[in-house]
Amino acid sequence: MQNEECRMQNAKSGEWQVMRIALKQHSVLPGFGVSLGYTMTYLSLVVLVPLAALFARSASAGWGRFWAAICDPRVVASYRLTFGAALLAALINAVFGLIIAWSLVRYRFPGRRILDALVDLPFALPTAVSGIALTAIYAQGGWLGRWLEPLGIKVAFTPLGVLVALTFIGLPFVVRTVQPALEDLEKEMEEAAASLGAGRWQTLRRVILPALFPALLTGFSLALARAIGEYGSVIFIAGNMPMKSEITSLLIITKLEQYDYAGAAAIAVVMLLASFGLLFGVNALQWWVNRRQRVGA
Amino acid sequence: MTEPAWVRWLLIGVSVAFLGLFLIVPLVAVFSEALRGGVGAYFTSLIDPAALSAIRLTLLVTAIAVPANLAFGLAAAWLIARFDFVGRSVLLTLIDLPFAVSPVISGLIYVLLFGLQGWLGPWLSAHNVQIIFAVPGIVLATVFVTFPYVARELIPLMQEQGSEDEQAALSLGASGWQIFRRVTLPNVKWALLYGVILCNARAMGEFGAVSVVSGHIRGETNTMPLHVEILYNEYNFVAAFAVASLLALLALATLGAKSLVERFSGAGQRGGGAA
Repeated sequence: MQNEECRMQNAKSGEWQVMRIALKQHSVLPGFGVSLGYTMTYLSLVVLVPLAALFARSASAGWGRFWAAICDPRVVASYRLTFGAALLAALINAVFGLIIAWSLVRYRFPGRRILDALVDLPFALPTAVSGIALTAIYAQGGWLGRWLEPLGIKVAFTPLGVLVALTFIGLPFVVRTVQPALEDLEKEMEEAAASLGAGRWQTLRRVILPALFPALLTGFSLALARAIGEYGSVIFIAGNMPMKSEITSLLIITKLEQYDYAGAAAIAVVMLLASFGLLFGVNALQWWVNRRQRVGA
Repeated sequence: MTEPAWVRWLLIGVSVAFLGLFLIVPLVAVFSEALRGGVGAYFTSLIDPAALSAIRLTLLVTAIAVPANLAFGLAAAWLIARFDFVGRSVLLTLIDLPFAVSPVISGLIYVLLFGLQGWLGPWLSAHNVQIIFAVPGIVLATVFVTFPYVARELIPLMQEQGSEDEQAALSLGASGWQIFRRVTLPNVKWALLYGVILCNARAMGEFGAVSVVSGHIRGETNTMPLHVEILYNEYNFVAAFAVASLLALLALATLGAKSLVERFSGAGQRGGGAA
């Protein structure tokens, strides 16, 4: 009955029918047209048209002005800070995220469940709140700033503060991607290695780490991508001094406030392309590692 | 088979110290700074008219963005998990896009489209429609940064479950709507709830994207996170942290609800939900 109705509805528009056959493989379930139409309309309005506006606007001022906007020394200094601090923060998170995931999965200790739930805090806490909290802690006279100041270490309002904020924001990515991989890791493999005479350290280096590497790489790249675009948690602690502690996202806003729409769009395009290039590169590396491991096994 | 005790305790110690330093200290700092002026000052800053209007606006924006993205997530998941069609993987990539885009850029694209010097700006101002520096722009930016959450939770689950249940219902004569309501929805209810919780938290807390389109008009286009920023930049730290503490409570409630859903659904650790 229902099928009959569906078919009749479809037949109403012959052209649409032809397109459906070309576009999709046969499925008996209803709702392809409706969900496709709705999803595509929504995505076009919310994502595709605005993104097209971004690329069009960055090109509208001509190549010369585009180039001048993205090569301005102040902008270049911000790339160095943003990408450098993001890379360093992602590396810190890769190391400590691996240790944290390992401790949470393999060991039992008091407070483990609460810590496990708290790992997602940087996702759940609004970035502006993280930003002012970190600033309050590391500022002169803050809980930690008070102790670091006599040692000559200044965190708040320096590039070091940017690093702290980006480490905070990227922490959950590595832990949450490595955790499931670690849980799926078969104990038998480790036992086999041990029975063949491998020491614990050897087993870790030769068996466990290679198995975790793809997950670690995914977590690292997610943390890196997030850190590159991060804004809220950074701007409070960064101090935002031109050439020194100014991140690229903030420069986009500065340009907007000066009504330099083309300049803002140009910098945004550079950031977008860098993020996409990075994700593409990591995916390619991931594919290569997987293939090599499969061939090796 | 396991590590020596000293290695074990060293690793646990490093983990606890790192998490304590980066997660617990900032969280405690929010509440401690908020209560620095006493309980009276804390509540005074919360019932300030500008704070109340920020809370109202945040609730309004969330009440629009979350249901919109819930409907989108269901439609997109049904489409991607139940049909095989040309461009399916492109669509999947598009859904992940907001995670790869800086929030500032998410706001910028709407300014370039609807702002006074944007593509549609002249037409909009001629017709007296204001989107940028007004509530519609804030809603749009929020929708953009939060639309993947529900879809991202549903798609892997529905792909894993397969469509046998729905096909059985279809063969028993159920209509499309009946299948959706009686078979699909109950099957995915926990993942749906999980996605909505994450979507809600991000919608209430979004800062960068909203900051670009809001214009920061006090009492009109300030959401809670923007209000926190303004108070902070005015050196009104107690009030800033008081409003921030509400958002921190929301974050804790989100983490609690998330853990509960994970326990009820029996999903255990979730990797995909993290991003």
